[in-house]
Amino acid sequence: MADAVARDLRIPVVRRRVGARALVSRKSMIAFFFALPLILIVLCLVVYPAFYSMHLATLNKSMTKFVGFGNFEFLFKRNTFWMVVEQSVLFAVTAVIFKAVIGFVVAHFVHNIPLKGQRKWRGMLLIPWVIPPAMSTLAWLWLFDPSYSAFNWILNHLGLAGIPWLGNPYWARAGIILVNVWVGSPFFMIMYLAALKSVPEQLHEAAAIDGANWFQKIWYVNLPMMRNIIQITALFSLIVTFANFDIVKILTNGGPVDQTHVFATWAFTLGIWGNDIPLGASVSLFMFPILAVAAGLILRNIRNRGNEA
Amino acid sequence: MAEVALRNIVKTFDRTPAVAGIDLNINDREFVVLVGPSGCGKTTTLRMIAGLEEATSGEIYIGDQLVNDVPPKDRDIAMVFQNYALYPHMTVYENMSFGLRLKKFPKAEIKERVENAARILDITNLLDRRPKQLSGGQRQRVAMGRAIVRNPKVFLFDEPLSNLDAKLRVQMRMEIKKVHQKVTVTTVYVTHDQIEAMTLADRVVVMNGGKIEQIGSPNEVYHRPTTRFVAGFIGSPAMNFLPCRLVEGSNGSAGLSVKLSDKLTFPVPPDRVGRYRPHAGRELLFGLRPEDIIEKRGDLPPGRTAFDAQLDVVEPMGMETMVYFLVDGTEVCGRVNPAVAGKPGETMPLVADLNHMHLIDPKTDQVL
Ligand SMILES: Nc1ncnc2c1ncn2[C@@H]1O[C@H](COP(=O)(O)OP(=O)(O)O)[C@@H](O)[C@H]1O
Ligand SMILES: [Mg+2]
Repeated sequence: MADAVARDLRIPVVRRRVGARALVSRKSMIAFFFALPLILIVLCLVVYPAFYSMHLATLNKSMTKFVGFGNFEFLFKRNTFWMVVEQSVLFAVTAVIFKAVIGFVVAHFVHNIPLKGQRKWRGMLLIPWVIPPAMSTLAWLWLFDPSYSAFNWILNHLGLAGIPWLGNPYWARAGIILVNVWVGSPFFMIMYLAALKSVPEQLHEAAAIDGANWFQKIWYVNLPMMRNIIQITALFSLIVTFANFDIVKILTNGGPVDQTHVFATWAFTLGIWGNDIPLGASVSLFMFPILAVAAGLILRNIRNRGNEA
Repeated sequence: MAEVALRNIVKTFDRTPAVAGIDLNINDREFVVLVGPSGCGKTTTLRMIAGLEEATSGEIYIGDQLVNDVPPKDRDIAMVFQNYALYPHMTVYENMSFGLRLKKFPKAEIKERVENAARILDITNLLDRRPKQLSGGQRQRVAMGRAIVRNPKVFLFDEPLSNLDAKLRVQMRMEIKKVHQKVTVTTVYVTHDQIEAMTLADRVVVMNGGKIEQIGSPNEVYHRPTTRFVAGFIGSPAMNFLPCRLVEGSNGSAGLSVKLSDKLTFPVPPDRVGRYRPHAGRELLFGLRPEDIIEKRGDLPPGRTAFDAQLDVVEPMGMETMVYFLVDGTEVCGRVNPAVAGKPGETMPLVADLNHMHLIDPKTDQVL
């Protein structure tokens, strides 16, 4: 009896699900066609070069012979390679931390400027980010010049010796990080400012009544509420910074003695200047697994906490 | 132990006054409700007591302390916001204990206080949830719980029920009353809903246009309003207002009468004659609540006058029926027994209970 009823009931259910599936597939077909141009562009400009560079990485220097992992084995044995790995990681992590901290602090200052003046400040603070880095880096190059730059001029006038900014590996690394932070902080500032504006003012008032001081409001209210944006921004910037090319290329070109190379500049130097394109391709491929792991870690964290706020 | 006192409080936003001089004394453990139409300055007043808004001028005292320059966190108050303002990233337990944790209370005491408050509010089983996983009524309870655990000198509520649906609102209203009976703390409660004000308050403060219109017990503001605004704002459906002329003589005797139209004249009850005598001959506003216009039944007690009305609209409410009729072009509402209510267009014998009438001076809007 109950079975018969159940069977009777099942027929329309099944039929409806088939109908729904047809509808979904029709809808997804339309969606697919809308996305097709983008998919084609991504295939041509991203996927094809990626696979092509994988193919290149397996060839010998004159690109005539398949050598398998030969290029990688060669790289693993070279000290410069490990120095570049260390350099890139150190550069990206330090720069992102500075950019995040500066962006966070400046976002809070800008947020507290009365709305009337705020637009002006926001615009001005974005300038380093909107100037093409190749141009602004040239300006920094002049500032860093050992004999007639502004920095050393000031130091000399204070009675201190000038610093060979780009001639000493430690100062050069610091200089590269400084320029990258200068260019990248506004992006963090604007992202964090947007996140900050989405924190309801009433939460601050509730916290004020609960007894929180300004620091506790930031620590217990803003920071957790901005958590997702902080992570996504940091990840995004980590990828871009890790793959940075223009600043290092213009400021030091990897020098002195390869001490400031990052993956992109070293791959360029080996591949284009050194005429060993397969070796350059192998170097640049190393960025991929490192960034994939970073992306995976942070995205997993976002997924876990995504449905909270 | 805390009284709250406001001395000539003014708050001006960009030159437009939101609060235009308020004097108010709130006794220890008293439940005071600020009620008034939207935009009359209730929230601003409450926020000044909380310290979230700085008074333009005037003095605010909590206990014996002048708190004008004391930041919110040192005023020892707790506030329940209209949209609750719960911290979305914290569990209910963390939300309720946040204030105590900031004040570095011992863990055991925090736990005890939170659990105690949770018991009072019946939310013990929700302590591990996050606000997003709660219904509106539950969030409301958590917001109250957060206030209770702090054990503050003063509770401040800003329209705490206005985001709930009608049924839940009635239920939570009772809940708030019960909580106040258990946790007797000085309370200032803001609402635009006069029923909420009447049911909750020890004293009602009726506000309008940044000023206080009247302060009194719910019964006082209902039965003895001092201004036209209060008379019209308190009570639902609202009091009927009719232009009238106060004339000498009633039914041939020496009293006074209220002449509403050529056909309708009501005698003033004898005990009011002395009070109204100085205004005889003037054009005034006559006020009478719908429940004082009822169906005619049996003999007329003193002060009641029968008249016939041609019904315009009839609204059955179940327990009673609202009848509307026109007096000189003005709609008047009466509340009658559904069993005897007439139909639209019919003439129905009604009775006006003039013992509850009000006369308002249209020049000053004061009730005479
Ligand atoms: N931050 C503010 N800036 C400017 N005007 C405000 C501000 N807050 C309130 N007002 C104005 O003050 C008046 C009273 O507001 P409010 O106290 O919120 O009224 P209520 O709570 O009684 O509805 C309103 O006219 C409102 O527009
Ligand atoms: Mg309000």
